[in-house]
Parts: sequence; C-alpha cells; structure tokens
Amino acid sequence: MGMVNVSNLKKTYGNFTAVNDISFEIDKGEIFGFLGPNGAGKTSTLNMIIGLSRPTAEEITVDGIDVKSQTKKAQAIMGIVPDESNLYNEMDGFDNLCFCAALYGMRKEEREPKARQLLEQFRLKDAGKRPFKAYSKGMRRKLTIAAALIHSPQVLFLDEPTTGIDVESSRQIRDMVLELKKKGTTIFLTTHYIEEAERICDRIAFIAEGQIVASGTVPQLMESISHDHAIQFVTDKNFESLPVELEALFKGNEVTIRPDHSLVMASEQRIPLFPVMEFFHNKEVEVYEARELRPSLEDVFVKLTGIESSVLKKDKEKGGH
Amino acid sequence: MKSWIAFWNILKKDIKNYYLKPPNISWGIIFPLSWTLMQLIRSPGRNILELLPGLISMSVLFGTTSMLAVTITFERSGRSFDRLLLAPISLNVMVLAKIAGTILFGIFNAFVPVIFASFFIDLSAIDWGLLLLAVLMIAITSSLTGLLIAVSAKQVFEAQTFSNFFRFPMLFLCGLFIPISSLPLFLRPVSFCLPLTYGTDILRGTIVGANILSPLLSSGMLLIFAVVLFFICRHNINEKWIL
Repeated sequence: MGMVNVSNLKKTYGNFTAVNDISFEIDKGEIFGFLGPNGAGKTSTLNMIIGLSRPTAEEITVDGIDVKSQTKKAQAIMGIVPDESNLYNEMDGFDNLCFCAALYGMRKEEREPKARQLLEQFRLKDAGKRPFKAYSKGMRRKLTIAAALIHSPQVLFLDEPTTGIDVESSRQIRDMVLELKKKGTTIFLTTHYIEEAERICDRIAFIAEGQIVASGTVPQLMESISHDHAIQFVTDKNFESLPVELEALFKGNEVTIRPDHSLVMASEQRIPLFPVMEFFHNKEVEVYEARELRPSLEDVFVKLTGIESSVLKKDKEKGGH
Repeated sequence: MKSWIAFWNILKKDIKNYYLKPPNISWGIIFPLSWTLMQLIRSPGRNILELLPGLISMSVLFGTTSMLAVTITFERSGRSFDRLLLAPISLNVMVLAKIAGTILFGIFNAFVPVIFASFFIDLSAIDWGLLLLAVLMIAITSSLTGLLIAVSAKQVFEAQTFSNFFRFPMLFLCGLFIPISSLPLFLRPVSFCLPLTYGTDILRGTIVGANILSPLLSSGMLLIFAVVLFFICRHNINEKWIL
C-alpha cells in the first residue's frame, strides 16, 4: 500500500466536472508530479486530498489514515503549501513559523529552535524579524514552504511551488524538494512546468480536463510514444530533391528539411545508417553530423493530452515567468 | 494539551494582530463614550444609571459583532484562514479560539461606559458578579452572531453590511433604550427571540432593579442561545468553508 492512495476521486461544481474519476498511488519517499495546464483539476484534486474540499471518492488514505473520516488525524502528518502564500501579513517571518508550529501543538521550546533552523535553511535568517508583507514573492514562497515543514510532515503537498518566482528561489526550492526526498518525505507536487516535473519527479501524471491521461516514470512516458525513430543529418549542402529521393529509396520513411537546413528522416522502424550514408556519399553530400532525435517530455505531453505546449507556456507567462 | 497550545496561540495572535491595534482600541473607547455623551446631551434630565444597561449592551454588541465578522472575512479573503482549517485542530477548538478574543474585546468595551459613569454617579449598589455574567453572556452570543455573519460574507464590506442588518433592529427591539412594554404588541414576541433582550434585562435588574424576567431565566435563555448559535456556526463552517 502506498503512502497516498486515491481511488475514483471525483468533484463536480454544479454541471462542471472539475475532477473525473482519478486514481493514483504515491509510494513512501517518492516525488509524484501532477502536470497539467491551469484549470485541469490539479488544485481541486489536491484540496480534496488535504481535506479543504469535500471529495466524492471511494478511498483517500494518507499513511493508511482515511482522509474522509479522520481528516484531522491525516492533516497532522501533512505539510501543505498552497498555490498562493497564505501566511499572516502583519506577523514577521519568525512569528509566522512559530504560530504554524503552535497549530500542530508544538511547545515553545520545540517550535522556536525549529523556526530558527528553517529560517537558516531557507536563507531567510536576516528577514526573520521583517513583516511577511514586506517579503518578495520568492521569499514569501520559501517561508510558506518552511511553514509547511515546521512539524516535520511525512507527506508534503506542494501546489505550483515555483510559479511566479525568481530563478534563484525556484532553484533553491527544487533543491530543497530533492533534499526532503533523500530524508524519506513523500512529496506530491502540482506544476505546469514540464522541465520542473521532468527534473525532480520520480513519477508524473498528466492531467487534462479533470482526468489522468497518462502516468509513469519519465522513461515510461517516453516509451509510450518512442516507437517513432528519427535521425537528423547536418550536411554541407541540400538539394530540394533529396527528400523525395530518400523517401523513394527508403520506403516507410518520412523526410523533411528543417529551417536550419538539416535533414530529418523519421520512421516507425529503426533507420539503418550505413545505406543512408552511402546515398549521401554517392550524391557527393558531406555529412557533418548524424544524431538520433528523441522525443522530449513536452512532445509526450502534447501527443497524449492533445494540449499544445503553448497553452502551458501561456500559463507560465501568467505565473510571472 | 496540543489543542490547548493551538487555542492559546490563535487567541494570542488575534489579540496582537487585531484587537490591540490602535484604531481598534480607540474605536472601542470612542464609540461607547460617544453613545453615552449623545444620550446624555439628548436627554439631559435622564439618570445616567438608567442609560447604563443600554449603553453597556450596545457597546458589547457593536464591538463583538463587527470585529469578528470583519477579521474572519479579512482572513478568509487573504486565505490565511485556510491555515486554521488545515491544522489538526477540531472545529470546536477553532471556533472557541476565534470568539475568545472577541469576547475579551466585548468585555473591555462594556466597561468603558461603566468607568465613565463612575465619575458621575455612585455605582456601589450594582451586583458586579451578575453584571459581569450578563456582559460575558452578551459578548458570547454577540460574538457567535458575528461568526454567523462571517460565514455568510465573502468580502469585508459584506460582513459590515450584514452586521448592521442584525444590529440596528436589535437596538430598538431588545429594550436597550425603549422598554419592551412600550413596543407595539406584534413586535414583542420578536424581542424575546433575540438574545440581547435577556442580557439587557439582567443588566437592568442589577443596575436599576427594573428587570422583567428573573436573572436565572435570562441566564438560562442566554446559555441556550449560546449553545444553539455555536452549533449553527460550527455546522455552517463545515458546510460552507469545506466545499
């Protein structure tokens, strides 16, 4: 049994179905990424798991605790970072952390050293006595994550943790997530940054229109479309007739010329390199480079969800990047 | 013990962040003082002692309902209230912690006209124990009314509007300045459906000896109102804020 188990999760608002029959399992110490555009159902799913929204599901358990019937017990082992920082503007960083610790029943002698340690860890020591409202976006996000870690949760839920913040803070947050994984924390992360999901997640689920379209490790997801083979040739010259001649000679291949004048051969079968090189040699075309083109996770996402990556990029722009 | 730590820290945070802010302290002093002076100027012949029950009730009512409704709506719109909903504390502890600060603020408001009056009249005949009980019960029921308003409001201005919708009719229906016996007959049953009527009646009894109900009955009614309001608030929070 996984650390987080969700089966047949559903959420409707009137006639609109935000989450439609979602099931997944997250193993202990795993980073599980939920990747999808805005409005795909990521936050709705998260809110149901953390007990902020009433779910319609057969089962949601966190470390074996039924979230539906024992919400408060389950929340005690969760750390939650919402998509918008929700600390108290009037309070300083240190007091915010201490207050969050107190909500988990931590005594003063436990919470104060822990708050100091987290401020140090997140490089916010100098800002500890500054009011939260005076923090930059990146600092606010880091303090919100620190607040979620104050009670050393077993499972950390991060909703779009790096959206709209500076590159340096994003990098620090990603490093911190990987550090937590090393310590055995289970992490559920929603994002619309493909590169971020690819870089730090052990497994990724693609979510679109409230449904999980595909899930697995990055190689598994790649595998789902990598039966297409493609080789790119960088040559000294190109003739317009080359694609036609190549396609005629090597049946089942599709040949295109890219804007950078390189030539790409694609096929469902593996492409034998020697005969192609011989063809170029006979045509007196010098080949400088021949490399296999592998699909990116973005290609996989586009192919499986039918959502153009430009939609995700637009979301990024809205997020401030 | 863990719940107690959470309760105490929510209360401490609210007092520090909201109730001890200079605008609120000054509002808590100026508002009851203004009402007292207004009543005295308008009816110079009237005994301050007769005005005191109404002024105390009104100060508590206005202080508590507006403060809780506004602070909770403010925290809800800034999403910091979600922190409390996501913390491993029961809704009961959370509701009690949130209203505790307001109750203390209401009690503080109540004693502003009392202190002011003490400079002009002799208050030695007052049963202070009963007065404190009445003030406490009015503060509890008014705070819970404020919470009920907060659950229905999405924006701070909505909370203020809803608060006034409840409060102003109560000024006239609960015997604060117009005795219930002087109200039109059809309005009298409404008066007895409002908790403030019972609190004001205890205050009238202990300050001027002009109560119409026994203090025991009024206290019992206030307790019933408090319990019922508490469970309605708890139910509404569960229904409206855990979507």
